Amino acid sequence: MKFAIVVFPGSNCDHDAYHAARHVLGADATFVWHKETDLAGADIVILPGGFSHGDYLRTGAIARFSPVMGAVAAFAAAGGPVLGICNGFQVLLEAGLLEGAMLRNAGLRFVCEHVHVRVEQTSTPFTALASPRQVLTIPIAHGEGNYYAPPEAVERLEAAGQVVFRYVTADGEVTPEANPNGSVNHIAGITNAARNVVGLMPHPERACESVLGSADGLLFFESAVAAVKAG
Amino acid sequence: MKVRVFVTLKPSVFDPQGHTIVEALHTLGYRDVQDVRQGKYFELEIDAGSPDAARARADEIARTLLANPVIEGYRLEVAGAAAGVAP
Repeated sequence: MKFAIVVFPGSNCDHDAYHAARHVLGADATFVWHKETDLAGADIVILPGGFSHGDYLRTGAIARFSPVMGAVAAFAAAGGPVLGICNGFQVLLEAGLLEGAMLRNAGLRFVCEHVHVRVEQTSTPFTALASPRQVLTIPIAHGEGNYYAPPEAVERLEAAGQVVFRYVTADGEVTPEANPNGSVNHIAGITNAARNVVGLMPHPERACESVLGSADGLLFFESAVAAVKAG
Repeated sequence: MKVRVFVTLKPSVFDPQGHTIVEALHTLGYRDVQDVRQGKYFELEIDAGSPDAARARADEIARTLLANPVIEGYRLEVAGAAAGVAP
C-alpha cells in the first residue's frame, strides 16, 4: 500500500503527511515533486497543505498547472483516491477536480486552532471507517478557507451528498460560532461526483497521534487503506 | 503592446476585504462611501501584431490564469483601443 505525497514549491505539510502515512500508519509512502509526470505507482495520492508558489495570484492557482497535475487528474479519472488537504484542497478547486472556490476568511484573520468537523458522508475512501455524523477534532490553519460556490451549485452538492465535512460544535451542532471562516453552509470539505476525490481545509495529518492533541485524523489514512484493499 | 487587466469579484460574491475597508472609511468619517470592492490589476506587455490580437491573447490569459471564473470577472483595456468587458 503506497501513498504518494505531491510536493509543490511552498508545500509545508508534506512531511507531516509522510510521517502519518509511513511512521504512524506503517504504510509505504513517497514524495513526488511537482515537475514529475507520474505518481510512482501509488495507490493513494495526497496533495498536502502549505503555500504553493507563495499563494501568489490566488491560492493554488499556479500549482494547478504543475506537470504532476496531469497525472493527478488521470489518476482521479481512473477512480484513484485523492485527498487534498488545505492548500491541496485549494489546488483541487483551481484544477476543477472539485467544485467551488476559496475566499479570504470572513474575519480576515489567519485562523489556527483545533475545530470540530462532522462527517456528513462515509461513502468516500477517506471517511469509510467513520461513523455517520461522527464529530472529529482536527486543527485548521488557513487565511483563505472561506468556501464558496454559487447557490445553485451548493444546492446541487448538498442534494448529491457531496458535502463530506461540516464545521460544528463539540456536540455536533451547526451554530454560527462553530464556523471559523464564513464557509457557505459550514462546509469544511467536499467530494466529487464519483466520490474518490476529497478536499478539506482541516489538517488530518496533524492529528494522527494523541500527543498532538487528537488522533482523529488517522481515520482518514486507515480508511483510504481499507478502501483500496476492498477494491 | 500593453494590455491592462482588471480582475474583480463577481457582484454576487461577498468581499470581506472591501467590507472591512468600508468600515474603516466610515470610522475615518467618509460616511458617503456606500461600498468598496477590492480587485486586482495586471499590466501585460504582449508581443502582438495588432490591438485585436493583443486583446484576444490577453482574454485567453485572463480566462486561463488571472481570474477564477467561479468567483471573479475581468475587464481588459488595450493601449490605444476601446475598452472591452467580459462577464
